[in-house]
Amino acid sequence: MKFKDLDYKKVIVIIFLLSIFLAVFLSPFASSFPDGLEKVAERNGFIIKERDMNFFSMFKDYNFKFIKNDFFSIGFSGLIGTILVFGLTYFVLRLIIRK
Amino acid sequence: MHIPDGFVSLPVNLIDAGISLSFLTYSMKKISKYENSKQKIPLVSVFAAFIFAAQMLNFPVAGGTSGHLLGGFLASLIVGPWYSFLLMSIVLILQCFSFADGGVIALGSNIFNMALIGGVFTYYIYLTVKKLLKIKDFNVVSVAFFSWFSVVLSAFFCSLELVLSGTSKASVVFPAMLSIHALIGIGEAIITVSVVGVFYKFLPKSFVNLKNEI
Repeated sequence: MKFKDLDYKKVIVIIFLLSIFLAVFLSPFASSFPDGLEKVAERNGFIIKERDMNFFSMFKDYNFKFIKNDFFSIGFSGLIGTILVFGLTYFVLRLIIRK
Repeated sequence: MHIPDGFVSLPVNLIDAGISLSFLTYSMKKISKYENSKQKIPLVSVFAAFIFAAQMLNFPVAGGTSGHLLGGFLASLIVGPWYSFLLMSIVLILQCFSFADGGVIALGSNIFNMALIGGVFTYYIYLTVKKLLKIKDFNVVSVAFFSWFSVVLSAFFCSLELVLSGTSKASVVFPAMLSIHALIGIGEAIITVSVVGVFYKFLPKSFVNLKNEI
């Protein structure tokens, strides 16, 4: 596998910017209907079994609690999340791959 | 399909977590032995970010329900199954701890259903069928079918966990989960085919897992 340096870097940057765009500017428009599992749980009465154990979440349900406006709040969560996922994956892979 | 806490019993969660953790160790070992893996780090990382972002985009399906991309099978096609497993696990771990998407105790089950079954296991079935039927790389019909199938298969295992936990009856939860995810899977197929199409058509061939790295 040989990558041409410039092409490779460009493509990475493009995918990164696209991801940021999706997470920041499109996610506020995402459907807020319950997902498949939630819907099945609601219809069949086991939604009441849900227990909230996510005590440490800063961004519950993709909302940042210090921003009141829903649009900005979701977009901000998306921005942080995308950067965090990129950073953590990069970090873990650097630890694993030493060659 | 992120399972919240309380739906799946502790024993089932623990079994799933055990399996997920073993495969996580295995995937790391496997990745450390790949050649040219250093060059692939940025691609895998940015693809993880892409999957996270795409998972935020819930689309409406029938009857006031929404679905979103899972992306495990898509990631397997682009970066290979074990990178896919690792990146999907990282996405699910961050979703759980930072965004309360998916339960903390249920994390192992969510990794099992979406990263292992939907990402890796489906990919190996795809490879086997592809070989048997001599299907070409990135054939649209097979990519569409198996991305749809990855969602349905994940939903199957999710239902199984619910039944084993005594949360719901098999006769209720299997038909309900499978039918709704058969619809959500269409969205998965459309997104997967589009993304794979763009990668395959417009990027250097080194950007897709053409050698079917296993």
